Amino acid sequence: MPAARGVGSLHTEVEVAEPDQTDRERELSPNRIRPLPPGVLVGAGALILAPIVALMLVGTYSNEDPKLWGFPFFYWYQLLWVFIASGCTYLAYRLVHNARRGGGDR
Amino acid sequence: MTGVNWVALTVVIILFVFVTGVGFAAARWRRAQSMASLDEWGLGGRGFGTFITWFLLGGDLYTAYTFIAVPAAMFATGAVSGFFAVPYTIIVYPIIFVFLPRLWSVSHRHGYVTPADFVEGRHGSRGLGLAVAVTGILATMPYIALQLVGIQAVLEVMGVGGSNNVIAQDLPLFIAFAVLAAYTYSSGLRAPALIAFVKDFLIYLVIIVAVVYIAVKIGFGASFDAAQKKMATINPATGKPTGVFIPPPAQYWAYASLALGSALALFMYPHSITAVLSSRSRNVIRRNAAILPAYSLVLGLLALLGFAAIAAGTKPIGLNGKPNAQLVVPQFFEDSFPSWFAGVAFAAVAIGALVPAAIMSIAAANLFTRNIYRAYFEREVSREKEAQVSKITSLIVKLGALIFVLSLDRQNAINFQLLGGIWILQTFPALVLGLYTRWFHRWALLIGWAVGMVYGTVAAYQQSSAATKHFGSSLDQVPFVGKLGYIALTAFVINLIVAVVLTFVLRAMKSPEGVDQTEPSDYFADEGDPRVQPIDELTADTSKASST
Repeated sequence: MPAARGVGSLHTEVEVAEPDQTDRERELSPNRIRPLPPGVLVGAGALILAPIVALMLVGTYSNEDPKLWGFPFFYWYQLLWVFIASGCTYLAYRLVHNARRGGGDR
Repeated sequence: MTGVNWVALTVVIILFVFVTGVGFAAARWRRAQSMASLDEWGLGGRGFGTFITWFLLGGDLYTAYTFIAVPAAMFATGAVSGFFAVPYTIIVYPIIFVFLPRLWSVSHRHGYVTPADFVEGRHGSRGLGLAVAVTGILATMPYIALQLVGIQAVLEVMGVGGSNNVIAQDLPLFIAFAVLAAYTYSSGLRAPALIAFVKDFLIYLVIIVAVVYIAVKIGFGASFDAAQKKMATINPATGKPTGVFIPPPAQYWAYASLALGSALALFMYPHSITAVLSSRSRNVIRRNAAILPAYSLVLGLLALLGFAAIAAGTKPIGLNGKPNAQLVVPQFFEDSFPSWFAGVAFAAVAIGALVPAAIMSIAAANLFTRNIYRAYFEREVSREKEAQVSKITSLIVKLGALIFVLSLDRQNAINFQLLGGIWILQTFPALVLGLYTRWFHRWALLIGWAVGMVYGTVAAYQQSSAATKHFGSSLDQVPFVGKLGYIALTAFVINLIVAVVLTFVLRAMKSPEGVDQTEPSDYFADEGDPRVQPIDELTADTSKASST
């Protein structure tokens, strides 16, 4: 596409290039992004917030005991959260991903 | 030169030469038709998948300085100044999971290369874009300088650079940076992306060996016991305990605010955004948010090296004969391992400095090109010229960092880095809140930013410690709370309050709000979406559109 073309021309071109896809396109229409279902939103939100809230509450883990392999609780507990947080984020990703796909809008 | 560890030095040189080859070869990797655009040179073609992005972001965020400074802080003063890096690098990923896909989409749609591009387009304000760009450059420069400090620490322990001859002293650093500048110039973001593989492989190798060594030879229990004893010892200079082993209630606020403030700030840094925008799709970012914590585990284990060094009785003494906690990690490896393996560890740190330094200089150069040069000097600049301006700026940025480190005291680089963290967080409202709402008035955001910058700078300047009169700590009393907290976070809250209040005022005055380039759908555009155009057309279009 030549550099001189404006942004407006893009939409025209998409429609011209794919005239048969108007229905599909309407579904994909960027102005109609469907919000995620409330259940997914709450679930993913909780998974995202869990590690943040847990680690902000320093008082819940600023203890020496119980120890694990010589690690004071304060240290191993936070390292454990590396794994939990990673799992939570991955689950949130799956939730959002499946909801978008199932909803027909990627 | 006497006392040079030749074996270690040889290993470092071999690995450095290898990495240099990789850096130049990167220009041919995933080759594009032309490198003469910011999308190719500055964002590696915007096509990196999950795997490459993981290495690139890991190499970018977990810098050599992090690997030197975090264990050094643990060694010197314990948990609050060091181990907060672990919760910090855990909670950062859920946070970015939420907002970065939106930034990626809107940037992809409009061909934005920098965070300031988005801010300018969204709020219809070149001034706000300039503020974000200048903050980004200011915060990045000392960060690049600190990567040099990381290399210096390694060289010093190897016995290189201690000569009284000024030129010989800094020559290795000079060579390393000249080579880095050369391949960044020719290969752009592809160079650090490819080198990041080498860097991360070395880092993981070194950490695994170190952890096994500590477990077998020193024992984790013994390390923690030694650390606990050291931290409780009264420091004769201050009459207070040396450090913190486990934070007492009075320090909870400090610990949590350091973690949260740093986490919010990390992805405001332009080099983080650069790596994110180089990825192929929204899902690449989301998947990476789930797998990047692997590096946080490495960082946590590295932090504990600081404690192991206490148990091992490591004496980090510089070539000038003065104790320097920054040397604790390299010194620990030199004392505990055969020279060749110490060399591998040193190379890991040195290469770990090159990757982020390259990305940071690219990011700073892009900010200058897009949001200063293009915004104020040449509105109709061509893509080729943009890339050329950026390439040259990346050289100047590196030269600036080099001069910074060589001419100023090392402490200055650390002070500015502290300030950089405070400053960069002040761009959060314009950038992240802007992704969700146009409610905030552009001038309110600008004034909020200015107030946050001034408050944070003054508050940081006023902190004294036993070692320095100013910039002694990143913690200060939080107004109305009365406890120590991270200055950046306090400044951020003040910034936000000012922005909210002034938005109401400016709205009431019906002051002009500026034109929003974006539309709601832009924030969801993804790879394969029929409305997302191929990159080539994209940049040509937007550079035209935004100049009208």
